[in-house]
Amino acid sequence: MTNNNKTRRITLTQFNGGMILTKYHVLAGPEGYLPPAAACQGIRLPEVGWALIEGRHVPEQEALSAIVDKLLSAKRPFFFPGPNLLWEWKDGVAEKASALRKLADTAGARVIPMPDYRPKYPMINPAIEINPNHPNLTIWHNKIDVCVFAGVHCHYANVALKIIRGGTDCYTIAICGEAGHEDANITLRNAGIPQIEALTAMVAERRRLC
Amino acid sequence: MSKAMFKMTTAFADVMPAEYVELVQSGPFGQGYGVADLGSFKELIEEHPLCAGCGLALAVRLIMASLPTPEDTVVVGSTGCSSLAFPQIALQNIHSLFGNQNAVASGLKRALKLRFPDKHKDVLVVAGDGATADIGLDMVMHSWSRGEKLATIMLDNEAYANTGGQESGMSPEGCVLYMAPTGKKFKKIALPEIARESGCAYVASVTPVQPRKLEKAVRRAILVAREVGPTYVQIFVPCPTNFKFKPQETLAKAKQREKDQTYPLREFITPEAQAYLAALEGGGKHD
Repeated sequence: MTNNNKTRRITLTQFNGGMILTKYHVLAGPEGYLPPAAACQGIRLPEVGWALIEGRHVPEQEALSAIVDKLLSAKRPFFFPGPNLLWEWKDGVAEKASALRKLADTAGARVIPMPDYRPKYPMINPAIEINPNHPNLTIWHNKIDVCVFAGVHCHYANVALKIIRGGTDCYTIAICGEAGHEDANITLRNAGIPQIEALTAMVAERRRLC
Repeated sequence: MSKAMFKMTTAFADVMPAEYVELVQSGPFGQGYGVADLGSFKELIEEHPLCAGCGLALAVRLIMASLPTPEDTVVVGSTGCSSLAFPQIALQNIHSLFGNQNAVASGLKRALKLRFPDKHKDVLVVAGDGATADIGLDMVMHSWSRGEKLATIMLDNEAYANTGGQESGMSPEGCVLYMAPTGKKFKKIALPEIARESGCAYVASVTPVQPRKLEKAVRRAILVAREVGPTYVQIFVPCPTNFKFKPQETLAKAKQREKDQTYPLREFITPEAQAYLAALEGGGKHD
């Protein structure tokens, strides 16, 4: 980590009775070996209707707009759908998966699946799959600069997002159906079909205007 | 895991790796395949990073083909050569700390019983001789003494093979290894007999030389562990890397040990397990 990165990542926010309070910024890496979990640096999950951009709490709409910016300005955007969306294990999954695929296609992003969580190193083929234990291999191999996680179980998403922040310069976005991910650069929470369709519409509109 | 989960969403079916597509289309889940069907279905282990001629790799392949209901099976492993293969296997798998495998499996089995009271969820412990007979022997024996309904399989390569070749409790007396240059001074642990005396309802020692026999032992161990009590299968898996023979000689080595009775094949079955198996096998069904 360079000194500049360090300065960018942690800023002083208050001087309170002799105690310096710091604010951690969840920026794209590489942050170095064993980066801290954002939660341990004081980043809280967003409330319902809110989201996180680089550790900052923002209204969901602002995060949607930021995701569109990142997707459309990326050189090699990729979507990483996880088992929750790849396998039709309950009602409603197929519809959500279709909505996400439409978003990826509209944004011109490629899709690499995470079908399960086997740590298949060294046998993994990073050109066609990603596993949460070595996500950096897939990102390096495909030179991915922006990635979107969706349908990955929380504990594995947290591990993978932290590894990506530690070892790559990839910007991470989590479209999370649960409470969100502090370790993503941008995270939504309770993201369902309405949020995904809103993103698709915004991407399509922005492309139309360009 | 249940069979209902093996259906892909159509939105992403085109980007799924071929391995998963094949597992869905022609995998063993819910099919009742066995060793005799090898070559006609997509196997649970596709590739592995183990040495050429590894007897353990062959045994793992045969074990995976012998599972009565792979979709309802969880494997608990431990540190050792086998732990390098398990990440490649398309099965629920827990890697425990070295030697803890039977303790972890005990908790898992009890939890699965509470969560799925009306369904058989097979918990299969597969570990090497170091994890089973040395470092984890206390956990192994206590799980047997407690009557935990687990099937324990030892892959016995008679050494600590992936740490340079140290002797294990299962190495035969006089055995010389890279890191045991003066030869082992003690006898091989008689774990099948210990298992029998510790409460296992079914005990067998086999080799991959006879795949159908190995399959029968693994299936019996799993089935007896469902209803009767703990079971133990010991599989001899010669190691060409540490015992310095050519990879293509693995099966010949195992066959020789069978023949000269230095690796005796045995099977112990309690009367209760015998009656249970007779009812199942007589009816020609495995689950």
